Amino acid sequence: MKLPTLREVATEARLLLIGIPVFLWTMIPIYHMFLFAISPKEDAFSGKLWPDHPTLHNFSIVFNQQHYFLRDFYVQFWNSTLIAAAVGVMTLFIATAAAFSISRLRVPGGRIVMNLALFTYFIPAAFLAVPMYRTMANYGLLNNHWSLILAMVTIASPYAIWVLKQASDKLPVELDEAAVMDGATTLQIFRLVYLPLMMPSLVAIGTYAVLLAWNEYLYAFLLLSNDREITLPVALGNFLAADDSPWELLMTTGFIYALPPAAIYYAFRRYMVGGLTAGAVKS
Amino acid sequence: MAITLSGDQAMPSPPLSSRLTPAQVWGIVLLAPYLLVFLAFVVYPVGYGLWLARAPENYVALYNDPIFARAAVNTLIFLVIGINIKMLIALFLSGFFAQQRTWIKWLSVIFILPWAVPSIPTILSVRFMLNPEWGMVNHLIFTLTGDDGPNWLNDPTVALTMAIAVHIWKSLPFWTLILITGRLAISHDLFEAAEVDGASWWQKFRYITWPSMQTLYVTCTLLSMIWTLGDFNSVYLLTGGGPADLTHVLATLGIRYLRLDQLSLAMASIVCAMPFVLPLVYFMMKRLSR
Repeated sequence: MKLPTLREVATEARLLLIGIPVFLWTMIPIYHMFLFAISPKEDAFSGKLWPDHPTLHNFSIVFNQQHYFLRDFYVQFWNSTLIAAAVGVMTLFIATAAAFSISRLRVPGGRIVMNLALFTYFIPAAFLAVPMYRTMANYGLLNNHWSLILAMVTIASPYAIWVLKQASDKLPVELDEAAVMDGATTLQIFRLVYLPLMMPSLVAIGTYAVLLAWNEYLYAFLLLSNDREITLPVALGNFLAADDSPWELLMTTGFIYALPPAAIYYAFRRYMVGGLTAGAVKS
Repeated sequence: MAITLSGDQAMPSPPLSSRLTPAQVWGIVLLAPYLLVFLAFVVYPVGYGLWLARAPENYVALYNDPIFARAAVNTLIFLVIGINIKMLIALFLSGFFAQQRTWIKWLSVIFILPWAVPSIPTILSVRFMLNPEWGMVNHLIFTLTGDDGPNWLNDPTVALTMAIAVHIWKSLPFWTLILITGRLAISHDLFEAAEVDGASWWQKFRYITWPSMQTLYVTCTLLSMIWTLGDFNSVYLLTGGGPADLTHVLATLGIRYLRLDQLSLAMASIVCAMPFVLPLVYFMMKRLSR
């Protein structure tokens, strides 16, 4: 075995000197959340780095809805799931149709629509939230799941259209021409040529829209307020209303809430990193 | 040109459907869903909001509200200091993560977690860590030094700094990832040639890495500034705008007015940010739609 040279050791040590702080910085808030989830209340509030008696009792309280703040846990989990799924499907439908129309069919005015969409993409989300709240009230949709679904579709679509348009532009135009020669209709080209070739980007965009909707807090807490209509993040925010909030249960619920997006992200990481970083900043 | 034009006008124009090819008709049909969403949930709200914010009294009221001035200053600090620190760290870490090591590959998988998980549980987790009586941070300080730690979120300067730190924690992975992509696109031959010539670490960065990445870096910084204007969570979930409404930024202030039922004031505060936002947006659109 060849011994490493002094220089190699020095390089490795320097890298570790960066790597260890990066690891601690990243993990401490997440570890702290996990620590609370497995701690009884006394241990959680004592500031210990590991509980004296680790327990899954908090999880059992959450799953059995045995606390005032948790009495609608399953309903709220279901609301989050339903809304995220609906936002994913609707964003994919709207954005794919628009990208196909702008990029492949070269519809007149397509470029203007693309620029309008890009403009929306750059409006800070919290700024649009104020007039959006009032608009949903005018439409009579407050406290209705559709308000959150439509708001999230509005926010997710511009970026989705833009990424999908960039990906469509890369497909060779000869494909469409060959299909037209063979007598394919526009819809057949869309279904049989375009969609299969776009699959990787569609997976990336679908995942993006689902995660965006699942993670959204601001719009959810503005647009929904009824306990049985709200999503999980709003329910988590409501924990803070009490003076003696059960933080160990809050962190346990938060941990459960954070698991699906993390799992989805890692499952589709291959698509996400390629599809989203390529689109996010064109260099 | 003029002749054809007048000729066209003289003829009765054929119905719309026969002037368009079937592909174009489909184009319009497929574009319609997005246009409907855009009209109903962007054009109408923005137009309605601007109409609500039209009265000059709103701006007088804002001018007289010390919380508004404070929020504007906080937002500026958040953007100018916070974002630049974040992007410098991201630039530095992109070099670290571009190293070919198995353990660095694994670390990069973990490093992305803050971006992949939702804000609310993690930010609330930080909030409890900073709790002066029961939090882990002050407990550690007490164990190590025997002194009581500071009351972190009760001092506006410290609280705002912590909100910026939370923002960096959350969005650093995303920007690092993008800068890594930029770094990996640089030809490796350049670095090898520099190595042969005996270039120092700084020279390699100054003459190879930076020239090929500066456009991307500036674009990322501007984009991050625009988006951070809409970062409601980092401040609201950590400090709630407190103590005494001294750590608000424009994003949380708008929502505060909204919750106090002062919608026109909320819109006016957003309109005040537009002279800064619109040039940035214009610049980004020019850059992205080239």
